[in-house]
Amino acid sequence: MPPHLTAAKTRWLPMTTNVKNYMHKSWWKIVSVILLVYTFTAGLLMNVPALAPLQETIRNLYFHVCMWFAMMILFTVSVVNAIRYLRSFDLKYDIYARHFAVVAIIFGLLGYATGTIWASYTWADPNKPAINSFSSIARDPKLIGAAIALLVYFAYLILRDSIQDIDKKARISSVYNIFAYAMLFPAIWILPRILPSLHPGQEGNPALDVKNDIDGSMRIVFYPAVIGWTLLGVWIATLKIRLSLLKEKKMMQ
Amino acid sequence: MIRLKKLFTLFVVLMFSVIAYAQNGKQVEMADQMRSNGRIYVVVAVMLTILAGLVLYIVRIDRKLRKFEKE
Repeated sequence: MPPHLTAAKTRWLPMTTNVKNYMHKSWWKIVSVILLVYTFTAGLLMNVPALAPLQETIRNLYFHVCMWFAMMILFTVSVVNAIRYLRSFDLKYDIYARHFAVVAIIFGLLGYATGTIWASYTWADPNKPAINSFSSIARDPKLIGAAIALLVYFAYLILRDSIQDIDKKARISSVYNIFAYAMLFPAIWILPRILPSLHPGQEGNPALDVKNDIDGSMRIVFYPAVIGWTLLGVWIATLKIRLSLLKEKKMMQ
Repeated sequence: MIRLKKLFTLFVVLMFSVIAYAQNGKQVEMADQMRSNGRIYVVVAVMLTILAGLVLYIVRIDRKLRKFEKE
């Protein structure tokens, strides 16, 4: 075994679990709550552009789109921690990566669920019951791409949690995490843009295009909303991280 | 950490200042009626209650974890 791998065995968790870091700070948790309260009030009460097919559903931008933004940010945090594990073989980074990925998946599923509701009232043919438009909506490349991306991450969880050996588990799942992250880009960013899609934001960056995408008055709710939702996700992830670090510590004693 | 905090606050403040208005005159049916007679606030109240409940729940878990970590 190469020397850098045998050295990995000595770096073990109890040494690092007592360190106080951002997870124990409360200022960013308060920021998250304030931004979410702002999202829920301003998001429902402020004026929005009156557009024919969307009407008031345009307010879903503050909820549905934010789910995907938060998912993308949390998956990025997860892959960064996977790389940190592979650089240092410090097992806590593997635990970080796993829990950030789980919360990102939950945000992705919520984005999928909210998108289903939204699409069935805006993409569906209003003259027919929504169920009859299912075949045209379900083949939308954005939906299929998002499903592939999420399934790749389900496989990450199955892979990681099915390996018994701690070091092997961490190493294999960290490498897989990088592959899964690489798969995100063709699945949700590239393929849906090449193929014809009903989903908005086809030829630019959805909700980020300054010139002709979202109205300026919506941007003052949308950006705080993204940060608020993301911080909420980070909060939940850090709770799970702290719990599993405690568990590991107890197991070692 | 303090520098990070300052940067973060600056970022949040900057976002609020970027406001541009663009409206077109076309009339589209919106839920204006609902807002004018105030009923939309009922929905806001319900959603804020749910948010408050969930946040309190997370805060409680956080507190409990902190207690265990101290032991």
